[in-house]
Amino acid sequence: MSVAAPHSSADRPSGLPPVRPHTQAPARDPAFAGRVFWLGLALVLLWPLCVATEFRLWVLWEPENRKVTANFLRSFWPLVHNPEFLEMVVRETWRTVAMATAGVTLALVLAVPLSLLATRVLSLSALSGRMDRWPAVMRWCVRATLIVLRSIPELIWALVFVRVVGLGPTAGVLAIALTYGGMLGKVYAEILESGESHATQTLMRNGSGRLQAFVYALLPSHAAELASYTVYRWECAIRSSVVLGFVGAGGLGQQLDNSMKMFNGGEVATLLLVFIALVALADRVSAWLRKALA
Amino acid sequence: MKPTTTPDTVSVAQAFSTEAANPPWKLPPPLFNARCRACWFTAALLVLVVASFVSLELDWAAFASMEAARSMGRFVAEFFPPDLSPVFVNKVAWAAWETLAMSALGTVIAAVLGLALAVPASRMSAQDSAWLRSPTRWLLNALRAIPELVWAALLLISAGLGPMAGTLALALHTSGVLGRLFAEAMENIPTGPGDALRTQGVGSLRVFFYATLPQVLPQLMSYTLYRWENNIRAAAVLGVVGAGGLGQLLSFHMGLFHMNKTATILAAMLLMVACVDALSFAARRWLTR
Amino acid sequence: MNIDLQALEARHPAALPGAPAALRALNLQLAVGEQVAIIGPSGAGKTTLLQVLACAQPPTQGQLQLGGVNPWTLPARALRRLRGQLFLAPQVPPLPPRQRVVTSVLAGRLPAMGLWASLRSLFYPTDIPAAYEALVHFDLGDKLFDRVDRLSGGERQRVGLARALLAPASLWLIDEPLSALDPMRARMAMAALVSLARERQVTLVATLHQVDMALAHFPRIIGLRDGQLVFDLPAAQVSPERLAHLYDQYEHELRSEALPVALHAATPEAPAPVVMHCR
Repeated sequence: MSVAAPHSSADRPSGLPPVRPHTQAPARDPAFAGRVFWLGLALVLLWPLCVATEFRLWVLWEPENRKVTANFLRSFWPLVHNPEFLEMVVRETWRTVAMATAGVTLALVLAVPLSLLATRVLSLSALSGRMDRWPAVMRWCVRATLIVLRSIPELIWALVFVRVVGLGPTAGVLAIALTYGGMLGKVYAEILESGESHATQTLMRNGSGRLQAFVYALLPSHAAELASYTVYRWECAIRSSVVLGFVGAGGLGQQLDNSMKMFNGGEVATLLLVFIALVALADRVSAWLRKALA
Repeated sequence: MKPTTTPDTVSVAQAFSTEAANPPWKLPPPLFNARCRACWFTAALLVLVVASFVSLELDWAAFASMEAARSMGRFVAEFFPPDLSPVFVNKVAWAAWETLAMSALGTVIAAVLGLALAVPASRMSAQDSAWLRSPTRWLLNALRAIPELVWAALLLISAGLGPMAGTLALALHTSGVLGRLFAEAMENIPTGPGDALRTQGVGSLRVFFYATLPQVLPQLMSYTLYRWENNIRAAAVLGVVGAGGLGQLLSFHMGLFHMNKTATILAAMLLMVACVDALSFAARRWLTR
Repeated sequence: MNIDLQALEARHPAALPGAPAALRALNLQLAVGEQVAIIGPSGAGKTTLLQVLACAQPPTQGQLQLGGVNPWTLPARALRRLRGQLFLAPQVPPLPPRQRVVTSVLAGRLPAMGLWASLRSLFYPTDIPAAYEALVHFDLGDKLFDRVDRLSGGERQRVGLARALLAPASLWLIDEPLSALDPMRARMAMAALVSLARERQVTLVATLHQVDMALAHFPRIIGLRDGQLVFDLPAAQVSPERLAHLYDQYEHELRSEALPVALHAATPEAPAPVVMHCR
């Protein structure tokens, strides 16, 4: 349904801009070519990705695979719930939580000093403008260490430690401690640098030591955020420690690995449900704590 | 009201009294006050930490002894020099490409699946009954709670060894994460444009495409790119359970104690993670210009 | 379409239980193709009246009839069809910030487009000439392919009005169409709206703060105060005394000293994502 042309100048009230000659509407959408290009590029890139990952979804529907999957899924019910198994599950759940807690505690031991070293707010040389060269280099090195620590997946650390200290929770705790130490340290340094640093700098200008300035000015203003992030990381650590169980660090992950290798669907189902419940519980606790801290 | 006394006329009775010398409001607060919630919380935290360390029976000697340090040092020394022969570097490069492809494809599938799940999981307007919201949110939580490695181990049974299991594992886990983030983003946008279309009687699918999606698309892409950074790390280790890529190569060579080859693979992993981080950061900056 | 309100009462959706109703005992009849301006001080219930007429909010008491039917007694499908025949332009233009003007304007026609045509139009706008014509009426032809968030507040408001020209509606409900426009553009927009409504025999109901514009362009003026009808007269009979009585204690609004604040909070930014991931 077309719209009528604008009015002629005869009946236009005065004071209005002159009528432009009726220009032709643009014939094509200028953004269309760009859209076609990006869509084509995306499709072109998608093909090699599918090839590289051997992504053939129809393989899942092949008769043998379907049979194996159906059998496995069927074996989920009934869930294994005899008392010895459940007792073992409870014990391993505690082990998982304990591994995560111990790991995050050690991570804190690592992260707190490193973050204090890495944060620019506590730099004495920066009080008067630009930071001196050596302090800047030192801070950069500490940051690089933290980034390297957090870039290596904890599973790799766990693989290495299992070779050195043997199977068991020690390897898992160490792996979590190193990775999460890097993560916590970097984020602590960033949190400390965000927000106002006026109080800290005033204290340092007036002669207090860096640690004193930290405890009296920096820590009180950021304590809630630091604690909140730590609680969130503890929740993530619980998930990590289940993953680490797959390489021999014990806990729910190792039990899951054992049950899967024996194709015992009932045990796998029980363990999965327990794990989902544990994660949900930790999520709730963490959310409640973070709300209480805020 | 006690008569004020100067210090040198403090009576003997006062000097030997067991009352605090200062009035109560000047004393430091008690260390543990049964009425204070924070005190209970701190006490519980300490109990948890101590119980964790005690119950795990950690092998402290493994950290601290000279023997352990020497063995660790020997172990680390085996990493150098890393194996840089062309044949092996070629192999590592292909494995790195496989890992990159796993993470990229997995993230893309997760974004599509997450968006499809986020629509029923969010409440579109005040009049929306959203009866699917709770069940879909439960599904998203279940998808999200199971780590990628566990998904991969489960999917290996159906999909067999190889990177497809890894891709699907990443896709399923990440769709839970992204689905929840997308649903929250869609619930937090201003309702003006959607309301105007609904007042005209436009159906909810078209309201989604014309009002909700244009507002929320930059955020969705930002979340997806951020998850790609996480997924590249996850994809690198999924191979440990047999899902292909660098992880499979790593666990193979580590099992045979080929430490210099392992060093090359680790270096390749770090390099790839750094590249993807940089790419994702640049892409996010470009999208929100 | 014609409108019939009988003893209508409506409450603000967020009102406390004990608060007085936003509209009280309102009686109003509009014939097809009539043009009415609603004026009154802030808080008079003008926006609530438009919301009730647009079936966005049910009345708590009284009768509402649009085109001879009570919309709230209709089944869902018939109500949807009825909604397609009206168009509400809110005070803050309901335009997604990163959408292009052409898509936003064509969205006004969605009630008349099928599902497949609507989705196809997202990839390539189906009726560029119609969108262009609508924008030319408001002197925005050159902004056809620009993004909405690159426009100024006044331009966005005019795009919101241009949507009405594409809607398959026989009732236009416009809330404060001139609040962000300078006097020259305001006159142009008002003239365009009024003449097009007359041409298409569309019933036009507009709320205005600019009383002089209302008197100049609309044949019938309705005065609202505290939710009640104060007067319902042809424009010629609205004397300065009546206006003073209507705007009693709100004289600054009569003299246009206080501009409505709504349009200055133009495009709210998308909330920043909460980055809490396991990495």
